[in-house]
Amino acid sequence: MATRRRAAREFIAPPLTRDMVEALSARYNEPDWLRQKRLDAWTVYESLPMPTTKDEAWRRTDYRHIDWASAGVLLTPNGGRVEEIPAANREPLLGEEQGGMVAFVDDGLVYHDVDQRLRDQGVIFTDLRTAAREYPDLVRAHLATEAVPADQGKFAALNAALWTHGVFLYVPRGQAVQLPAHSIFYANRPGAVIGRILVVLEDGASIDYLHESLSPDLNADASFIGAVELIIKNNASLRFVNLQDWGHSMFEFSHQRARVGNDGQLDWVSGQMGGKMIKAFLEIELDGKGSWGRMSAMYFTDGSQFMDLDTQQNHNAPHTTSDLLFKGVLKDQSRSVWQGMIKALPGAQKTDGFQANRTVILGGEARADSIPGLEIQADDVRCTHASATGQIDEEVLYYLMSRGLPRMEAIKLTIDGFFVPVLDRIPFEPVRERMMAYVERKLLGS
Amino acid sequence: MGAALEIRNLHVSVNNQSILKGVNLIVQQGEIHALMGPNGSGKSTLSNTIMGHPAYEVTAGQVIFDGVDLLELETDERSRLGVFMAFQYPVAIPGVTVANFLRNAINARRKVANVDDKGIPIPQFRKLMIEKMDMLHMDHTFAGRYLNDGFSGGEKKRAEILQMAILEPKIAVMDETDSGLDIDALRVVSDGVNRLYNADLGVLVITHYQRMLNYIRPQFVHIMMNGQIVESGGPELALTLEERGYDWLREKQNGEN
Repeated sequence: MATRRRAAREFIAPPLTRDMVEALSARYNEPDWLRQKRLDAWTVYESLPMPTTKDEAWRRTDYRHIDWASAGVLLTPNGGRVEEIPAANREPLLGEEQGGMVAFVDDGLVYHDVDQRLRDQGVIFTDLRTAAREYPDLVRAHLATEAVPADQGKFAALNAALWTHGVFLYVPRGQAVQLPAHSIFYANRPGAVIGRILVVLEDGASIDYLHESLSPDLNADASFIGAVELIIKNNASLRFVNLQDWGHSMFEFSHQRARVGNDGQLDWVSGQMGGKMIKAFLEIELDGKGSWGRMSAMYFTDGSQFMDLDTQQNHNAPHTTSDLLFKGVLKDQSRSVWQGMIKALPGAQKTDGFQANRTVILGGEARADSIPGLEIQADDVRCTHASATGQIDEEVLYYLMSRGLPRMEAIKLTIDGFFVPVLDRIPFEPVRERMMAYVERKLLGS
Repeated sequence: MGAALEIRNLHVSVNNQSILKGVNLIVQQGEIHALMGPNGSGKSTLSNTIMGHPAYEVTAGQVIFDGVDLLELETDERSRLGVFMAFQYPVAIPGVTVANFLRNAINARRKVANVDDKGIPIPQFRKLMIEKMDMLHMDHTFAGRYLNDGFSGGEKKRAEILQMAILEPKIAVMDETDSGLDIDALRVVSDGVNRLYNADLGVLVITHYQRMLNYIRPQFVHIMMNGQIVESGGPELALTLEERGYDWLREKQNGEN
């Protein structure tokens, strides 16, 4: 009976309207082009059905239990303060230094600071709304145009129409930025926050960038509709770390996509820890010849968390290289899905694509699904994948315990070691330590 | 006199198959014992039972150390009491460096002794590790490698002795530490054990072959066959075995039965 009742429920859209798009744009006195862009996106949004488990990309992700009455209420400014964000997340990334920080509480900008050295290099690092006003040509040319346009999907369209806050990071041609940029989205109330990140690196530019999203545990459902656009032009290089530690009532629906030009480089690490349900599309488009993209992720789910990470490594040009390593640990009744595709277009000769997903199940009821895929239309390519799911080897624990480590510490050390290949790709020591602390908290939590 | 490891009438099964059938053995701190025997005689079962491997089921008998019933304790508790086993096949732990692992092992001991302990200070730990690596002629880069991951046979065994040197056990069981070692590695490993040997360390060397006993010289030699110790004696027993093999013991056994 339970299944019949569940099947009868529908995939409902959040209670958001075109009027809200108009009101949002008016409240901030947005330029006409931006208002029009939002409305066009809203038209796309309305033309698309809500995704259902009949859609291949959503087959394993049933979000019908979301309470839109709470999670679908668009948040409006409420006087958030930067001090509400946990202090550890606000710390500088390199000892005493970082290149700048942009922080939001809910949809409101609460902190903005950019180091003079970055300003001198012509780096723009600010909130997206200000950027749209002050640098209209730059933003207009890249916002929801080539990386995450509205027609990418229902939630991509929703974000493009109704983003409430965002970050713009721009590095001019040939500038190698030494200090990392840091941004934070902190969601402090139940409701919907719609955040967007736009990164543009001109030819030969390089920078390291950390973005983190987090929220406390809230007593009602919340939603985060996210979009991340990474545009890396010829010979440019981006190291991007994107962490989320949402509270346990958060539903995230996000599209994150990078486009990499000739000989460009992208080293992208995701840390996925929190949330009630995560559905994220992470895609790299290797558009330029000789471009390189690496995608790494570590995730740790517990309780009844559900995490669906859908990746694509698209080789659109010859001599491109992609490398994916996703490592996950699952506890309790949590569930993860990784669905990964490597595509090589005709003409993408001499491409090299690799993907590996490894998961460790710590509890008998947790479940991890790994669905690798290859779609190769060029003939001179090397594309391979590997995936493995298992439990911690009892012989390993016996060995560690024989040196005096209590069982839980032996498990912790083994799990730390399991994550090390991904942790080693995070270029910020305090962030690595924070990730280790997340892991410990998840392991010891009941 | 120091503490003793006392094994009394020990019966052990694996997968309901009886492997040890009444083993009796006493190893005092400050003594070196060798346990020899053919393949399948139960030597590794004995060492893993002492250490507490979950697959080995004790059906009768006792294992006591310093008056404490080891069989009532978890593997980690036995270790912290001072029992050590050098594994025949040390397990690889990818992502965990030798140094990180050793620091965790030391800190686990300190924390049990004092719950408020903040762990061994890093400079003190580094000094200790370098001193012990030098003693074992180990390159210092060893500390930064992932434990047993991609180690050669000799490196694995040396890493075992390094752990023993740092943990300073009271009783050490060397489970076929000589297997897979060439003569140079065997010499280095044996030399390490000899340096660690003192009045507070009892050693049980488990081996197929006499050759390791040319380097680590036991005061007592025991022969295990078919799950029992069938002969005990002094160092000369190992030489007799080397000369005559196990057949004379089998015949002697049959004669007694």
